[in-house]
Amino acid sequence: MASHSNRPTSPHLQVYKLPLTGLVSISHRMTGVLLSLGLLLFVMMLSALASGNNDYQAMQALWGNWLLRLVYYGFVYALFFHLCHGVRHLLWDAGKTFASETLDHYAKLELVASLLLTLLTLIFI
Amino acid sequence: MAEFTLPKNSVPTEGKTFQAPIHAQNIRRFEIYRWDPDTGENPRIDVFELDIDDCGPMILDAILKIKNDIDSSLTFRRSCREGVCGSCAMNINGKNTLACTKAIDAYPDTIKIYPLPHMQVVKDLVPDMTHFYEQYTSIKPWLETSTPAPAGSERLQSKEDRAKLDGLYECVLCACCSTSCPSYWWNSDRYLGPAVLLQAYRWLVDSRDENTAARLDALDDSFKLYRCHTIMNCTDTCPKGLNPAQAIAETKKLLVQRKLG
Repeated sequence: MASHSNRPTSPHLQVYKLPLTGLVSISHRMTGVLLSLGLLLFVMMLSALASGNNDYQAMQALWGNWLLRLVYYGFVYALFFHLCHGVRHLLWDAGKTFASETLDHYAKLELVASLLLTLLTLIFI
Repeated sequence: MAEFTLPKNSVPTEGKTFQAPIHAQNIRRFEIYRWDPDTGENPRIDVFELDIDDCGPMILDAILKIKNDIDSSLTFRRSCREGVCGSCAMNINGKNTLACTKAIDAYPDTIKIYPLPHMQVVKDLVPDMTHFYEQYTSIKPWLETSTPAPAGSERLQSKEDRAKLDGLYECVLCACCSTSCPSYWWNSDRYLGPAVLLQAYRWLVDSRDENTAARLDALDDSFKLYRCHTIMNCTDTCPKGLNPAQAIAETKKLLVQRKLG
């Protein structure tokens, strides 16, 4: 509408308080992007594995670094969080778990479940 | 492409402060978004300190008091003051709701009031709803039939079929849900948004409507319908307790079911 071109856009991200369910949604996106970057690291590991003893040991040494270790744990958590919210999306596509008063409950469930799955993985693998 | 920041002319600046009367015991601070189309200046945030002991209980009472007693230029929409007209939809402390059904006491501290998010502002708390209403018109929100009406009676509906409209017909088109939706913020030019999609579903499930196939055809579009990514802000914010996200999911299901025959 050219005649009203000086009209401002009202604040959006600047003022909107995203509910937990909205935060979980954007985190699903961000972990999706992170995980695709993580795939590159995964390929790097596989290629080190295929290139023989020396490369494998070099890769192992690299991942022994505590900072990279944290990144690795982060990726495991991102993977399980993305998975859990993916399951939630499947439930939604089936028309379930929409009730307003349960939204926070399910979001928390996803966060706890992904944390548990991460811990189990790190303990047993 | 989504723009996460506000354009230069839309960034609010600090505004005026109106202090409470000296004898006020119970003071509440209101920070309110103002924009005057006549000055050409950026929007500003004015601060109003109100004596709550001398004010009605709802947020709408507070902004009416400001308009009546402090600054008559404060501009907002309101009509029914009981949550059935949808006029006084605005963003209060980060969430879209109706000013008339929200108590001042529901908020602990300073109350920040902005217009509905990511809309073109006409003045102060009044957003331009033209595009929203055009989108509403586009889904043909009326009964469409091909068979002639029964002679001497209305088109009847069983109680069960009528019950399918519960949770849909109550929508007052306040646009709280649509303007809470990030997908709608970034794609409102093509995405219909939760309010209009809930209305579209209301006609899809009306047993008296005979245009379901064409209605579904019109919705089967990667932008109009499928920009919904189940963020759920709509359901979270609806001041009438309705569930637009579920209506959208049911619409998607209808499309899948039709494809599967």
